[in-house]
Amino acid sequence: MPLNRVQEPFVFKSQMSLVEMTGRRAGDLAEFGLHLKEVPEASVYYHTHHFLQQHQFLVPEPPNDFAYWVASVLQEEELGERLAAIDTVQFHTLGELRGAITAAIDRHLEKQKTLRKAPPGEEFYFMKCILFTFPTTYVAYDLKEFLGCLERVSVGCLYNHIFEARLRPPLGMNDFSYWLRKSLDEEDLAKRIESLDPYTHTMDGLRKGIIRLIARRLGEESGG
Amino acid sequence: MVKLSDYEPIVGPQVMEELKLLSKNLAGKKVIHVNSTSVGGGVAEILDRMVPLMNELGLETRWEVIKGGEAFYAVTKKIHNALHGAPQGLEESEYEIFLDVQEENLKAMRFDGDVIFIHDPQPVGLVKARKSLGNRWIWRCHVDVSSPHPGVWNFLKAYVEQYDKSVFSAPLFSQKLSIPQALICPSIDPLSEKNREMSGEEIDGIMSRLKIPLDKPLVTQVSRFDRLKDPVGVIRAFKQARKYREARLLLVGGTADDDPEGAQVLLETRQAAGNDPDVLILSLPPTSHLEINAIQRVSTVILQKSLKEGFGLTITEALWKGKPVIAGAVGGIPLQIAHKYSGILTHSVEGTAYWLKQLLQDPSYATKLGENGREHVRQNFLLTRHIRDYLLLFLSLDYPGQSAVAL
Repeated sequence: MPLNRVQEPFVFKSQMSLVEMTGRRAGDLAEFGLHLKEVPEASVYYHTHHFLQQHQFLVPEPPNDFAYWVASVLQEEELGERLAAIDTVQFHTLGELRGAITAAIDRHLEKQKTLRKAPPGEEFYFMKCILFTFPTTYVAYDLKEFLGCLERVSVGCLYNHIFEARLRPPLGMNDFSYWLRKSLDEEDLAKRIESLDPYTHTMDGLRKGIIRLIARRLGEESGG
Repeated sequence: MVKLSDYEPIVGPQVMEELKLLSKNLAGKKVIHVNSTSVGGGVAEILDRMVPLMNELGLETRWEVIKGGEAFYAVTKKIHNALHGAPQGLEESEYEIFLDVQEENLKAMRFDGDVIFIHDPQPVGLVKARKSLGNRWIWRCHVDVSSPHPGVWNFLKAYVEQYDKSVFSAPLFSQKLSIPQALICPSIDPLSEKNREMSGEEIDGIMSRLKIPLDKPLVTQVSRFDRLKDPVGVIRAFKQARKYREARLLLVGGTADDDPEGAQVLLETRQAAGNDPDVLILSLPPTSHLEINAIQRVSTVILQKSLKEGFGLTITEALWKGKPVIAGAVGGIPLQIAHKYSGILTHSVEGTAYWLKQLLQDPSYATKLGENGREHVRQNFLLTRHIRDYLLLFLSLDYPGQSAVAL
């Protein structure tokens, strides 16, 4: 299938966030569960996603602040493991994600007789963020240009189009796959990118994975 | 003068490109920083470097310093100690001195900016001018206020709540306030004397001048001689770990001449070291930035066994040099170290000894921790990130209450 070139380009947009404190903190699991039900969604988003951006060079673990705090600070390893295993990629709204996390905590609390206290100073502080999105200078009219941009855009930009995009309509879809499908008619490529679980890669690993898929597609077209 | 472009090889072109894109949304805005000193201290150090860079980014930024006499600074020193948890409050007359100086500065200063950025408690009362001017005011707290003296904090709080936003350096320092509280961590400047790259020759010269032998792995703690930095605990941990692996401990801190408690702690530290030839204790003047830089660079493991800590910029500095760090899990330290990923967090002498032994015996793991630590600092604790956060903070003033903003 020949490569398409479109009139309306894909504009790479980046994102940055300003962290704010909610003033809420938890010293044990009961307090933690209670606050988690009440904090704004921006707080759930922050604690399930910021690790990816702040520790983008690490093996993709630990996946979220909740799992990390429960396992490392409270030493509740079983629950920590369960929270780490909550498949963020399956949830298209933060409300659903919050529901899954609080349900796991509630189940654990039901069978727990005593509560472990976090050592002083290691309480869980609930934060939230204000997310700023802005267009970059990178635009692509075809797949080749798209690949060129992808090699150069920032981690914040990747993050915006892959993670943040999934929480915007059309829900659950990254911007790259959406554009490739709708504008370039690259259904197969769109599907392949969709099937990458972004939460199991470092940001750089993810970038390389997508680049590999696009390069292969371009190679097919040029007969390589 | 240092330019924005000097940071590009360190943080990468993408970071610089995006800083410039972001700042376009603030082009021409006037920002006035106000603090209480133009030299000495972390705030002045950071403003000195940041103000020209902000101007280069297109924000008309200036920095002003309030004026106050000896009596005022004696009061603000007391306030500083009270915010750190000292039990002593302030007399009525001392509050009066504080407020008089605010009034004098209100008369003498011009607040003709779009954003007035007040640093620390000394100029907090200037916010009185906000009402008539209608511009935006930010109060940035650089102090550890995790357990402040309630009376003194409540006095300040009445002023803080008149600002549009407040900024704290660690979640632990957050307070119950009616205004938003941003979390903006401090940063280090990778181009400063404390952190710049050094040649092997330069480092060797300093080591021989300071008479620090390098025939054994060097384990270092850089901090003033203060009980909260637990230098005696460091020596105990080192002695336990050394049973398994030969090493040398270096405790390096500032001179303690003007600090009676510091002198006492130094004495206790020397006693704990005894005649052990592998425990070195070094007092250096506070201007020894390059010496500390060199010492951190030759160290095999860096310790920061603090029992209480603000943000802990010495840890940031060590991580930036790619060193494996073992540190107490207190204050802002867990923001910098994810345990077993970018360093080690401990809670006891025994834990510190255990991990020290592990890191001395497993250099490849220690190296990995150091590499992760350096990347973590590159992405989160360098001056460029600090500038980015300030730009976002200024932008956020135009979108109160919003959690998502499309520029």
